[in-house]
Amino acid sequence: MAIVTLTDICKDYQQGAEPVRVLKNINLSVEQGDYIAIMGPSGSGKTTLMNLIGCLDVPTSGSYVLDGKDLKDLSDDALADIRNRYIGFVFQNFHLLPKMTAVDNVALPLLYAGVPLKERKARAEEALRAVGLEERMTFLPNQLSGGQCQRVAIARAMVTKPALLLADEPTGALDTASGKQIMDIFRQLSQEGMTILMITHEPGIAQCADKVYHILDGRLRTGEGGSTDEE
Amino acid sequence: MIENIRLAFQGIWSHKLRSVLTMLGIIIGIAAIITIVSTIEGTNEQIKENLIGAGNNVVTVQLNKDGYPYDMTWEGIPQGVRVITEDTRKELEQIRGVEKVSLYTARQYVDQVYYQNNQFNGEVYGIDENFLNVYGYQVKSGRGFTREDLESFRKVALVDGNTISTLFGGEDPIGRSLEMKGEVFTVVGVVALSEEFAPTINSYNEYWLYADTSAGAIYLPSAVWPSVYSFDEPQSVAIQVTNTDVMTTVGKEAADLLTAKQIADTESTFDYRSQDMLEQAQQLQSMSQSTNTQLVWIASISLLVGGIGVMNIMLVSVTERTSEIGLKKAIGAKKRRIRLQFLTEAAVLTSLGGIIGVASGVGLAELISNMMQIPVSISVPAILIAVVFSTAIGVIFGLLPAVKAANMNPIEALRRN
Repeated sequence: MAIVTLTDICKDYQQGAEPVRVLKNINLSVEQGDYIAIMGPSGSGKTTLMNLIGCLDVPTSGSYVLDGKDLKDLSDDALADIRNRYIGFVFQNFHLLPKMTAVDNVALPLLYAGVPLKERKARAEEALRAVGLEERMTFLPNQLSGGQCQRVAIARAMVTKPALLLADEPTGALDTASGKQIMDIFRQLSQEGMTILMITHEPGIAQCADKVYHILDGRLRTGEGGSTDEE
Repeated sequence: MIENIRLAFQGIWSHKLRSVLTMLGIIIGIAAIITIVSTIEGTNEQIKENLIGAGNNVVTVQLNKDGYPYDMTWEGIPQGVRVITEDTRKELEQIRGVEKVSLYTARQYVDQVYYQNNQFNGEVYGIDENFLNVYGYQVKSGRGFTREDLESFRKVALVDGNTISTLFGGEDPIGRSLEMKGEVFTVVGVVALSEEFAPTINSYNEYWLYADTSAGAIYLPSAVWPSVYSFDEPQSVAIQVTNTDVMTTVGKEAADLLTAKQIADTESTFDYRSQDMLEQAQQLQSMSQSTNTQLVWIASISLLVGGIGVMNIMLVSVTERTSEIGLKKAIGAKKRRIRLQFLTEAAVLTSLGGIIGVASGVGLAELISNMMQIPVSISVPAILIAVVFSTAIGVIFGLLPAVKAANMNPIEALRRN
């Protein structure tokens, strides 16, 4: 079953007087359980593509079906709801709230889903245990290492049991060892059946995925799993 | 909501200096209003107490013509009004709630009263033996009037403190001679209001007399009044009652009794009326109120400025927390939730300022009360209104920043780190 189906997606940005087409007729299908990496140099449109798939932005034209739902003409609040229910985000800079403990950070999406406090706490603790941070539940982000912060972020992404895990340069701010740890967690999640879409510019990281797509000048093309080199 | 309030406190606590500076406008505004309102209330309480005679509960009943107090200083002896007899006085004493009754005659702005070359233009009273007691005067030096003085038509006089300065140039007046319309009176004593009594004010004239520096008063035995002024002069009545609550009813009853007894002609435009103390109190209160209402308006401007300060800081706070807002929106926070978070923060900030303002206002009012001898009365409704009002300021001035935060584009917000 397709989790993400993009058909003829175009995205224009107004830059000065002329609109600039950032994404050109993107067609992409992500099946349940896929582990896909999208590679591309900066300015290639990969972040724009991620924002569209993550429902943070809407396409200029084309259709996007997420988990069987056509996301045409939805309000901001409806999109917020979709993000909360279907998508788990992992960012390069973790984006943890600095004044909240690890467990509170992880529980935050459940608050927006309307889950009662007790259950929020239990599920957040479980998610932290799954990424091996049971000893660090009440730590603040600044008391954690970069790798640990990213694991908290993964726990936050997974706590809502989303249909799709969307990772934007998840290892970009980490050293090699921590990066590998994160990739191990992704691998494990993939084996458990999680659908993962990751963008990166590091070939070594892209290699970890099952499928690699390249994006260049707003056009998406398929590549061989992990073996394609970046020019 | 509780979570929002907790977050708001956390935010305020983590920016202590900034929060205090932001709250300062609100604190000053609320403190000023509470101080002003407290002093107004206090002054009003005092006026009311003075007017209705706290301590000696005196109600005066005076002759009125066409509904206005009849003043013999200007209008001469009224026709068809009898002098109040001793029997009538006794009848007045029989009214329920009456403690003591005094009959007196009075003149204001008198002329032809001299001590050596000084002229006196204060007030002269012809008083009976109860007068000093009823009004709560004490003899400060010399002696008061004796029964002998009253019965033997002795030409003696009492003076008050103001008269000593206006007429006697501050010298001890006892034993000195006054000339009143050619008659010579010997001053035998000095009277003053007993310290435990607040001055009893029965008319506007008396209010200004006590409020301003009056020229003073000279008291003569009622028996010798005719030797200076006139015979057959209908007296005013001062009635001391047992407690404040019965003042109005006793005053009315006494006035009706006197009207029935003293006025021969039923068609007459004369009648006796008791001074309506409450109405006078209210009039005086509204005078002090109107000046102070202007002060409250000025203080409100400070609140407005404070509110704008809150808006400014909230806008800064929204900009600072762009990335937090972006993340929250990305993981599913709806606009309403973001809006509520910032509104709550603004409202908590200003409410806190309001509470601190109320506390400082109460403190300031007490301080003023101690330093300037102005009575204050802390009004609980005013405090509640102040706190509610400061919360409302937070909501009003927090609205724009909150809406700005809620409408942020999550992509833009996440990009800024």
